[in-house]
Amino acid sequence: MRAVRTVAVNVFRESVRDRVPYNLVLFAVLLISSSYLIGQLTAGQDVKIIKDLGLAATAVFGLFISIFIGIGLVSKEVERRSIYALLSKPISRPQFIAGKYAGLVLTLAVNVAVMSIALYLVLGYMVWTAPPTIRAGWDAPGLDPALLKAIFLIFIELMLITAIAVFFSTFSTPILSAALTFGLFVAGHFNADLKNFDRVVNSRAAVLLARGAYHVLPDLSAFDVKTQVVHGLPVTAGYLATTTAYGLAYVAGLLLIATLVFSNRDFK
Amino acid sequence: MTPRARDAALVVAALVMFGSAVALQIARDNRYPRDTRQAEKILYVRSGEAIKRMTLSFDALASDVYWIRAIQHYGGDRLAGPEAGTKYQLLYPLLDLTTTLDPYFNIAYRFGAIFLSEGYPGGPGRPDQSVALLRKAIVVMPRKWQYYHDVGFVYYWRFRDYQTAALWFQRAAAQPNAPNWLTPLAAAMLTQGKDRAAARFLWQQIAQSEEPWMRRNAERALLQLQAMDQIDRYDAVIARFPPPSGEQYSWAGLIRRRLFIRVPLDPTGTPYDIDPATGRVSVSSQSPLFPMPQEARQLQ
Repeated sequence: MRAVRTVAVNVFRESVRDRVPYNLVLFAVLLISSSYLIGQLTAGQDVKIIKDLGLAATAVFGLFISIFIGIGLVSKEVERRSIYALLSKPISRPQFIAGKYAGLVLTLAVNVAVMSIALYLVLGYMVWTAPPTIRAGWDAPGLDPALLKAIFLIFIELMLITAIAVFFSTFSTPILSAALTFGLFVAGHFNADLKNFDRVVNSRAAVLLARGAYHVLPDLSAFDVKTQVVHGLPVTAGYLATTTAYGLAYVAGLLLIATLVFSNRDFK
Repeated sequence: MTPRARDAALVVAALVMFGSAVALQIARDNRYPRDTRQAEKILYVRSGEAIKRMTLSFDALASDVYWIRAIQHYGGDRLAGPEAGTKYQLLYPLLDLTTTLDPYFNIAYRFGAIFLSEGYPGGPGRPDQSVALLRKAIVVMPRKWQYYHDVGFVYYWRFRDYQTAALWFQRAAAQPNAPNWLTPLAAAMLTQGKDRAAARFLWQQIAQSEEPWMRRNAERALLQLQAMDQIDRYDAVIARFPPPSGEQYSWAGLIRRRLFIRVPLDPTGTPYDIDPATGRVSVSSQSPLFPMPQEARQLQ
């Protein structure tokens, strides 16, 4: 466990050295500046749009961090040949993969937490400045705690994308890993269509194939509850729990395969 | 040159270059003005479903972009006025896209209900599109009484179809949390649909909305109704006392004959016009209440 923690902390430190936290400043500037501009343009829908923008930006910044750091986690060590020094230390290959993954998840957690605080601060300011008659017209309260449900599922989705990136990173080049991870991200958001393939084709084989793909590919659209949360619609605890469990199970599966692939790689 | 002086020179040179770029941009825009109106009128993708697919999980943000475009389009055409010949062609497609991308965008439906049905130049005068948008809202949120009410209002105010309006008000009354005035309103619509008081009551309800633009629109409509009452009274007086033969109708003549003490003003303080041939009073084209809704003029 200590070895995993050591690797994880080093990944986190490296991301700080790589100036990843700079995106937080960009996020804050984006939100604060847009909150003023949006207020002038949107006919009273500024809080809804700030929420949409904040949640979307959290997801996009997290996606970039997941993909662009995740794809280099293992392959960079191999390219720099630092993997030899690392594996000569008392760290097993599964511990190495787990540590790398945990470090990036820690980076993402800090990012998502800071972005959430920034989003709530901007929303708090808007609530403070809006008269009660305007607030009465909002679909959901400005400082709605339910936003945390969407943020939480964004984080689980980012954990899944990170696991995909780490998985590809164990056997592929960074460019190919980025392309494959992004491809799976896009496919994962179309996944729900595969489930209903029987509505558009008659072939039983095609339907079975599509249904199989639906279960094999990550179902990323399930993690998107942004619209519901912004409009104050219910997202049940049961849905959150099952979607989280699905995400964690998928992450575990990917990391196990990544470990398998990495354990069998020959670094002579 | 010391490193410090070199850095300072680089910063100054960069600032000069950026300044030159801005100056060139201003000079180019002044010399070769670009036709931005043309760019605004283009809607590259009209299928909401296609955009929904393309935006992956960011459809809500895309809906915000289309909402802002809808507001800009409406505001731009309204400010341009009838002289510019703009007729809100993109208002319905933009609102349709907005609500396809975010089906719970309540304000987009209600904005469309009010302004799509508004006659030109206040809107495109397409109550059919208002109803289409509201029907779309009802499919997504069938328990929201406001959408049924808005459909009823469009049938009442724009189509003057009191039977259908009453039916929609009854449907609104059947929804949870519906206000208790909807049932008597539906009944009144069936028995006395042409009553201007019903229109006033409906606009008064809309004037209590949380949305400032809905309140402003309702307040203007209430002033128009007030102007219609005044015009009816003035028309009656003028019809009873026609001018001497050979003389045309005019405010000066009516004041001279002591039928009026001064030129009457509409509720915004703008003098009314009078038709010299018929003596009919009307709202001046300079008045903020112009143009008056023709449908409402036919209400009693």
